[in-house]
Amino acid sequence: MRLELVKRPQRSMLFSALSPFIAFALTVVAGAILFALLGINPLTAFYTYFISPITEVWQLHELAIKAAPLILIAVGLSVCFRSNIWNIGAEGQFVFGAIVGSVVPVLYPEMQGPFVLPLMLLMGMVGGAVYAAIPAFLKTRFNTNEILTSLMLVYVAQLFLDWLVRGPWRDPKGFNFPQTVQFNPSAVLPELMPMSGRANLGFVFALVAAVLVWILMSRMLKGFEIRVLGSSPRAGRFAGFSFNRMVFFAFMLSGALAGLAGISEVSGAIGQLQPSISPGYGFTAIIVAFLGRLNPLGIVAAGLVLGLTYLGGEAAQSVLGISDKVARVFQGMLLFFVLGCDTLIHYRIRLVGLAPAPKLDASPKLEEAN
Amino acid sequence: MGGTVSAQEAAASLLEVRGLTKVFGTLTACDHIDLTIEKGEIHALLGENGAGKSTLVKMLFGSLEPHSGEIRWDGQPVRMTSPSVAKKLGIGMVFQHFSLFEALTAAENIALSLDDGAPIGSIAAKARALSYSYGLPLDPDSLVGDLSVGERQRIEIIRCLLQAPQLIILDEPTSVLTPQEADKLFETLERLRAEGKSILYISHRLEEVKRLCDRATVLRHGKVVGHCNPREETAASLARMMVGNEVKSAERTPITLDGAQELLSVCGLSRKPAGPFSMPLKNIWLSVKAGEILGIAGVAGNGQGELFEALSGEVQQTSADAVRIRGKDAGKLDITGRRLLGAAFVPEERLGHGAAPRMKLSENLLLSRYATDGKAFVGSGGMVKSGAVYEAAQRIVRIMDVRKSAPDPEAAALSGGNLQKFIVGRELDRQPTVMIVNQPTWGVDAGASAHIRQALIELARGGSAVLVISQDLDELFEISDAIAVMHNGELSKPIPIAEATFERIGLLMGGAAPGHVYQKLETA
Repeated sequence: MRLELVKRPQRSMLFSALSPFIAFALTVVAGAILFALLGINPLTAFYTYFISPITEVWQLHELAIKAAPLILIAVGLSVCFRSNIWNIGAEGQFVFGAIVGSVVPVLYPEMQGPFVLPLMLLMGMVGGAVYAAIPAFLKTRFNTNEILTSLMLVYVAQLFLDWLVRGPWRDPKGFNFPQTVQFNPSAVLPELMPMSGRANLGFVFALVAAVLVWILMSRMLKGFEIRVLGSSPRAGRFAGFSFNRMVFFAFMLSGALAGLAGISEVSGAIGQLQPSISPGYGFTAIIVAFLGRLNPLGIVAAGLVLGLTYLGGEAAQSVLGISDKVARVFQGMLLFFVLGCDTLIHYRIRLVGLAPAPKLDASPKLEEAN
Repeated sequence: MGGTVSAQEAAASLLEVRGLTKVFGTLTACDHIDLTIEKGEIHALLGENGAGKSTLVKMLFGSLEPHSGEIRWDGQPVRMTSPSVAKKLGIGMVFQHFSLFEALTAAENIALSLDDGAPIGSIAAKARALSYSYGLPLDPDSLVGDLSVGERQRIEIIRCLLQAPQLIILDEPTSVLTPQEADKLFETLERLRAEGKSILYISHRLEEVKRLCDRATVLRHGKVVGHCNPREETAASLARMMVGNEVKSAERTPITLDGAQELLSVCGLSRKPAGPFSMPLKNIWLSVKAGEILGIAGVAGNGQGELFEALSGEVQQTSADAVRIRGKDAGKLDITGRRLLGAAFVPEERLGHGAAPRMKLSENLLLSRYATDGKAFVGSGGMVKSGAVYEAAQRIVRIMDVRKSAPDPEAAALSGGNLQKFIVGRELDRQPTVMIVNQPTWGVDAGASAHIRQALIELARGGSAVLVISQDLDELFEISDAIAVMHNGELSKPIPIAEATFERIGLLMGGAAPGHVYQKLETA
């Protein structure tokens, strides 16, 4: 016996829309089994995981803090993925943007004033974009696989940050802790509603970026160019669009947004550079992008859901005493079910026996009308 | 399904097919097909592109499995689960698209398809003997990459004959041959028939079917619409059966081109081959004047695709004056630059080249028009005026009579002919000064073909220059004012339509005629 995927003649619009929700429901079911096996009442676990982190206003602020970088990065990634460019290195662009954006507050702490913060944000975006241009250059010049190059550059960026905060950028008065000086007040991203919680401008950036990229992709010629080249490169060339230019555009746009997320995280939520500035936002954002169906507006909702898994993981650790790595397990399961549901929208599964059937009415082949 | 055929009746026929059905998704490609092939006959399978001919023979050859129906071989029910089952029974197939390794010799290619592990030397000797005895001379030691299309087809035929089949299926064998090569093939087929072998001959060329075949089965939209004796029919009556209604041919008014302005000129265009087996372009000269349609004939793979890419600007030239559009140097312009000079292009491949399959018709309109109609379709700041694009797409749909199931469907949802009408209409809508079309009606049904051809003639008579690259000689004779022939990357001098005959063009297509290129012509 073997399983085969058979292409469906047409996609169901209903299930296309329902797919993210079905995937989420399946994740919950699989999670319940997981908790039961760990000896924890699934209802208690789910309450701790998904409900308790958002019962008070300050907690909603925390959710916005977690969701903001996810949304920013995923919106950029959606442009890459729509153009069939597989940028897996957003985590590296996030880190590198944070490093470049931190040059001013770390090396020139005496520079203060209203211009400092915009300058930092701009430098963060430029840093992320330049870092993302490396795999774009390698792909267009040497035809390298961008999945590998962009992923490997993540580790380069992380180790570079590690070296900086332990070496040249270490705070001399920091008791030898591996971290930079605390950013001065004019280098800190302002909070939105300081009275009720910590959420900062980063969440606003995320929403604005989502709307702008949505307009770009669905209403503008540039977005059309990206979609054409992504879906049929030869037709794109016939249209007169340049594939190489588009590779740079997609990589640098997503790099700039990841860099903006990085500097926003450092200047907002953390306030200084330290060896680790991201709990894997750049990778989780890949899940966010697909859960949001590569639509910037869907990504806002998906970013909030995935942000919740981070908070739930922390809560589960403190209340239930289980590892916060459970959050990663949840994220992994969610991606698995999202991709699974999407596949089943386009294909159906067929069971095939190995022994030849005696009658003529079977057609056990993966086939397509030509 | 007719399962009640008596044993005696069935035993008389070599192959009998009853109620064969194949469904792809929602499309019923073959719908209860009945077909009987007797021993020692050449049986024609007629039908337009998309009528289900290829699907039917793939089921007979075991590369597709039917959903329902039965196949009887010598009266015995059989199940064709794979091509090797079909080969063991005695069915051989020569495909329209060859399956040969270009980097291997003819004998090596033949050896690959025989499972008996015989030494290559003896296979080569057998192949050589067989090929000469059937009048299809073949050198088994030659490299396939160096052979012409006609010679490659011989390898396929010899490979098939070596397995001593009772039934040989030929899928559109003459579509890649010159008229002279085709004559040679017909002689071979008649000899095979005389030896008692059966041939299933798939074609949409009615004249050759009338000449060669004993019986014909006509398919339309996946159904059998009739069996007949093609010798008792006229080409027109066969066409009516295939298409379902009367087919009118395009009307071409004569024109004098003296003093007309030269709108497209190509001067000494050469291009190195892009890959090991792609064709270089060698010193090509041509010129198309206002009001003229120049046809470029040639057997597939002689550089037509390369020429189209060079003219469209998808591949640019090293010297700016190698291609001139409306008197301006265009050799170093990209496709957008050439469009802005007034040129329009329709490539051979519809899905994936001329149109993006998963995009709507309106978006596919924008694909080739966003620069030339920038004011109408693109607003300030690069915003697409989707309303205006949609209106223009609907206008083209109306003018070209594009049939579709939704207001603005994806390109892939249209049939080949309707999509081609849209793509041609998209360019005509601009009133281009220079129009370059590769295979305008390839795979398009007769009605749509006539529409497209008439539209091209009207564009030319309105004062534009039209260049049509096609492998369909009937089409070129129908619409061209002059025909030039591509062979081996070289282009012949154009022959005015009044002096052109099938024979003359056919000789040029085979590269056999002296004076193929300009220089040769001068010394001849």
